[in-house]
Amino acid sequence: MASPQPRIGVVTYPGSQDDRDALWALAALDAEAVPVWHEEAELPALDAVVLPGGFSYGDYLRCGAIARFSPATAAVRAFAGDGGLVLGICNGFQILCEAGLLPGALLRNESLRFVCRDVPLRVERADTPFTSRCESGSTIVIPVKHGDGRYVPPRDLDPAQVVFRYRDNPNGSVDDIAGVCNAEGNVLGLMPHPEHAVDPLLGSADGALVLASLVDAARDRALAAV
Amino acid sequence: MKATVVVRPKRGILDPQGEAVERALGHLGFAVRGARVGKVVDLEVPGDDEAAAREQVERMCAQLLANPLIESYEIELHG
Repeated sequence: MASPQPRIGVVTYPGSQDDRDALWALAALDAEAVPVWHEEAELPALDAVVLPGGFSYGDYLRCGAIARFSPATAAVRAFAGDGGLVLGICNGFQILCEAGLLPGALLRNESLRFVCRDVPLRVERADTPFTSRCESGSTIVIPVKHGDGRYVPPRDLDPAQVVFRYRDNPNGSVDDIAGVCNAEGNVLGLMPHPEHAVDPLLGSADGALVLASLVDAARDRALAAV
Repeated sequence: MKATVVVRPKRGILDPQGEAVERALGHLGFAVRGARVGKVVDLEVPGDDEAAAREQVERMCAQLLANPLIESYEIELHG
């Protein structure tokens, strides 16, 4: 049986920057990448959604605080509530935290400096829809580029929700946390940018492990729905 | 009714901005300690009832103006 192309949406907010890279990377990994405008109150038929990096609404008040109110964010909340796969990258991670879809908050880097470099990450869990192509305990190299990436978890964060840790903490994140998922495991947020690391020409292709895992999981869902 | 909301990083939350300000003040010869940087939001709330205004601003803080995980807030009302 021919495997269908899963449809993965990428939401563009005013101030999103990495939406095109995310669309390009997903298409390169054999997904049908679907642009979603922030004013869309209903999502088209999708097998997964990506909230990309950038500076939605100018990072006013707090990063991600205003994007939480976009019609598309409400639609993503409903999609996640039904068990849909949602990946938030950088500003997308901040939006998911502000929207209450992920635990914790992201604050100004401890150094007060914008960091932009490749960072090694330890994959803590390979049993999520976002990391199935990785090995648990392995190291992958993916770039970060942010000024507000210091993750502060809630006191009661279940350690099992930590999916990625920095091997060389670039921002002062508590417990070296680089990415977390929700308790159900269908929503993941991370500060590093897998969409910027899908080709060796870009310095690393390790980001493809994350995005291709998502494409696999989205394809499984598309097949299950047939 | 006018309201002022002061939002601060919660105690125990690292505030590198406050630390940078503290160091800068040290360079000016001020031996300050415990500098913390927050933000101020000024608002006008319809109506004259102080209790009702406070209740509204409380809800604004809880839902948007402060992130309760990392920030505390204080509300001042001015008639």
